[in-house]
Amino acid sequence: MVKEDRLTEIRVPRREVLRHGVYGAGGVLLGSGFTKSIVAQETASPATPNIEPKAKSVIQIFLWGGMSHNDTWDPKPGAGRDYLGEFTEVIDTNVPGIQLSALFPKLAKQADKFSLIRSMTHGNNGHETAAYIMQTGHLPGERLAYPSIGAVFAYFKGKDYKGIIPPYVVLTRSPGRFSEEGFLGPNYKAFATGGDPNATRFEVEGVVARGITDDRQKARRELLDKLNTFGRLVVEHPEIALAEESKRTAYELILGPGREVFDLSKEDPKLRDAYGRHTFGQCCLVARRLVEAGVPYIVINYPGGWDTHSNHFATMRRQCPQLDEGLAMLLQDLHDRGLLETTLVWCTGEFGRTPKVSWEPPWNGGRHHHGNVFTVLVAGGGFKGGRVIGASDEVGAAVKERPVYPVDLLGTIYALGGIDFRAKLPHPEGLDAPVLPEPSDRVKSAGLLTELIA
Amino acid sequence: MQFRFLPAIVRRLRFLAERCPLMRNLTVFGVLVFALLVFPGFVGGEEATNIFESPTPPQPAGELDRIVFTKLEQLGIKPILCSDAVFVRRLYLDMLGKLPTSDEVREFLADQSPDKRTRLVDRLMERREFVDYWAMKWGDTLRIKAEIPVNLWPNGARAFHRFVWASLASNKPYDQFVREMLTASGSNFRVGAVNFYRAVQDRSPAGIASMVTLTLMGVRTDHWPKERLDGMAVFFSQIAYKPTSEWKEEVVFWDPWGLRLVPTNFVPGRDTPGTVRPKPTDEVISPAPPPVSHEPLVGVFPDGTKVTIPPDRDPREVFAEWLIRPDNPWFTKCIVNRVWAWIMGRGIIHEPDDIRDDNPPSNPELLAYLEKEMIQSGYNLRHLYRIILTSQTYQFSSIPHNSSPEALANFASYLPRRLEAEVLIDAINDITGTSDLYTSAIPEPFTYMPRDVSAVSLADGSIISPFLTLFGRSARATGAFNERSNKPTPSQWLHMLNSSAIYSKLASGPKLTALFRSGRPIPEIVDELYVTILSRTPTPEELQSCREYIEKSRSRPEAMVDVAWALINSPEFLYRH
Repeated sequence: MVKEDRLTEIRVPRREVLRHGVYGAGGVLLGSGFTKSIVAQETASPATPNIEPKAKSVIQIFLWGGMSHNDTWDPKPGAGRDYLGEFTEVIDTNVPGIQLSALFPKLAKQADKFSLIRSMTHGNNGHETAAYIMQTGHLPGERLAYPSIGAVFAYFKGKDYKGIIPPYVVLTRSPGRFSEEGFLGPNYKAFATGGDPNATRFEVEGVVARGITDDRQKARRELLDKLNTFGRLVVEHPEIALAEESKRTAYELILGPGREVFDLSKEDPKLRDAYGRHTFGQCCLVARRLVEAGVPYIVINYPGGWDTHSNHFATMRRQCPQLDEGLAMLLQDLHDRGLLETTLVWCTGEFGRTPKVSWEPPWNGGRHHHGNVFTVLVAGGGFKGGRVIGASDEVGAAVKERPVYPVDLLGTIYALGGIDFRAKLPHPEGLDAPVLPEPSDRVKSAGLLTELIA
Repeated sequence: MQFRFLPAIVRRLRFLAERCPLMRNLTVFGVLVFALLVFPGFVGGEEATNIFESPTPPQPAGELDRIVFTKLEQLGIKPILCSDAVFVRRLYLDMLGKLPTSDEVREFLADQSPDKRTRLVDRLMERREFVDYWAMKWGDTLRIKAEIPVNLWPNGARAFHRFVWASLASNKPYDQFVREMLTASGSNFRVGAVNFYRAVQDRSPAGIASMVTLTLMGVRTDHWPKERLDGMAVFFSQIAYKPTSEWKEEVVFWDPWGLRLVPTNFVPGRDTPGTVRPKPTDEVISPAPPPVSHEPLVGVFPDGTKVTIPPDRDPREVFAEWLIRPDNPWFTKCIVNRVWAWIMGRGIIHEPDDIRDDNPPSNPELLAYLEKEMIQSGYNLRHLYRIILTSQTYQFSSIPHNSSPEALANFASYLPRRLEAEVLIDAINDITGTSDLYTSAIPEPFTYMPRDVSAVSLADGSIISPFLTLFGRSARATGAFNERSNKPTPSQWLHMLNSSAIYSKLASGPKLTALFRSGRPIPEIVDELYVTILSRTPTPEELQSCREYIEKSRSRPEAMVDVAWALINSPEFLYRH
């Protein structure tokens, strides 16, 4: 047992250790043996099919905290109350044979546009470590942290990208539990907009400032130049020169046309209604506008969270309809504008949640961290719609068929985005740093998602 | 020689002429004080070429200066001293990580005694913020952070920080400080120093050996031959970690019998007893059976000396005895070079944690002198700070008059550096009378720091704010000297120039609004803004520009906010100089 735990880097969630004082509450360990048993035959390096790079932009919807797969996109209607909890109903989608939880009626009408991976697995149950694995593909614990997929996109795509808006944008706040830019450094940090797109005015932090007219912006910029007595004396100092350069870039965004992208008053109010008049819905709309502006990588960090150890069912009742509304409309709208072909959308948390409901206090109907199997939604940018790949077992505790590991998913996204995931990143200490790690008995892989490539 | 000043005198007369209308607003006394402050040279008959430099030519004030000046002379470089206003700001930022208040600036500038710079060093050394600031630097070096990737966990991070803070506050001799960390055993909650062995991602003996060399010897092991690292790892091969029933409590202890490896020694709260998390590339270590060997250990010190460790001795003590000696080739060199680099922005050996034969010191005599002082003072860190901070070399102007690499490597001018994230936000908060909220989402329930806590004094690198993240606070993952990033990015500028966070501090922070609404004449308000934000009085041209801007504006309060905004966005504010 011990050995397996190390192998799969399973960690017991803190909270459970804290409150139970025992090792392995719920289904935490259910899958570790299973994961190991499939390792041997699945360790072959991913095939290198000719994946045509179709995605010009990527929208990653990150369900921070980890959304339950059972209650949403991998329903198990026959599993009984201990597993189902309060959500027993499923609905058909517009693709025969695919069913979703009844919490997602709008998404059900778009099932031809997306596919579901119901066998995502990495076995890690810590928020930060699992988020790191899901966004870098690397195992935690190396001396330097790898950059997230968004930072890698910014690194490779930023070279040709000429837009004013930074190439890696987060709506609206960074998850912030690990440094997404990793060793690439602060220039590849995500630009977090701040503000609320559902407010009367979407105040993008640093770009759209409250109550400051353009005239005042220009006047005070002149004042700043006039008062720069010291700066003029050290202007040749390389570091000061660099600072001046990045200040000019910032001003292009403050005074240039880039900020109009964030101006939702330019949208038809009916369309805004269709996206949902809530922060998440309007984030989806902003994301579409960013895609139109050519931004290569956009993250919607779900406002609120999915870490529903307790109060689970109420939180799901509140949040799922918003997720349903915003995501369904995003897919519809991208499709209507002919952008879905070139825009890759993927949506998942860092893990799923335990299939078995914790009815006992203090959870009173809660679900805990579950990295052993969960569901990912992918759409557009070269992904086929209307498919389900992989499957979890009859209760949603472990992978039943076709495991998909982080490097498989990320590798496919990189390939569709035209990024060679074997390419080297500039490591500050000169170490060999490929975008994704080579598969090994620790970094497991079951191959790229070629079955989902259109 | 006097011809040099002619254009300046003409310029000064022109300034005076320009200022005539404004003089009506000031009392005669005010004019005199003002003129004295802005033009100290006017009265004394001498003047520097700009307000940031002192007209007094530097004179070596001790052995350190003699060594540096000799080197600069060889290079044909004539250094220039900084002005009093620059010095007071520099010293506060370098010693306390905070700005002097306007009263402190005015008091220092008015002080006429010749030894006032030295006395200020001594005074600041007694301040609590001095300990806070240096504990922050050590926090980066020792990776004091609750969460990923070193995972000290909150109580461990606090205990470690307390140990460091108390050691600095009591000016514990550096050799003793290191010995305590190297040989510590006990609970991570109660014996702060044991966290030295926990604040490392790779807890294998070789991983610890790498951390020890980087931290205490300034040496990177990345390119060491495997045998060399393995030989040193022996000294750390009997460290064990034992959980208790308290959440995240862990006892670090010397385990010569390999008890940590007995599978039944299982304690709730941790996955396996004494687990070492191997590097991803390592073989997974099998936990059983315990390798109880009664053979004496043979370790190899980094200098190649082999030593047989008696079975009744903790190998860590044997290592500490070797390391903490005046004749150790790395120990003293590393600390004096590190402190020098912290203060001067660049090591005599650079980077300061890359000491190796083919990376020689730019001035070996200087390094040797500092080592000698360190040893003779009994590893007194404050003595080391003092001889650096009171030297003329530390007081050089930051305006580079010679941009050759030799000038840079020989400290011909003070190196301008952007304020660290923590220092920057503390400065903005002090100026405006506002505060930031520092939180940690780890673990639940979340941590919220009281509002009056400064960013510099935060113990735990996991306690964050968006500002600290944006401005490149150290990730405290490796402890490497260059882990903190002070590189400017456009996003930082967006925040400084145009964010609601900064704007609301300037527009509604109680300190500035009190000044704006004081009803004092505009020149006085501008003067106070300058002293508060830039630690100096404005030049006549600057005063004129501000005056015009405010008088032309439709909204005076807004215009005054804009002046403060322009000052905090100037490199003079953003950079220590």
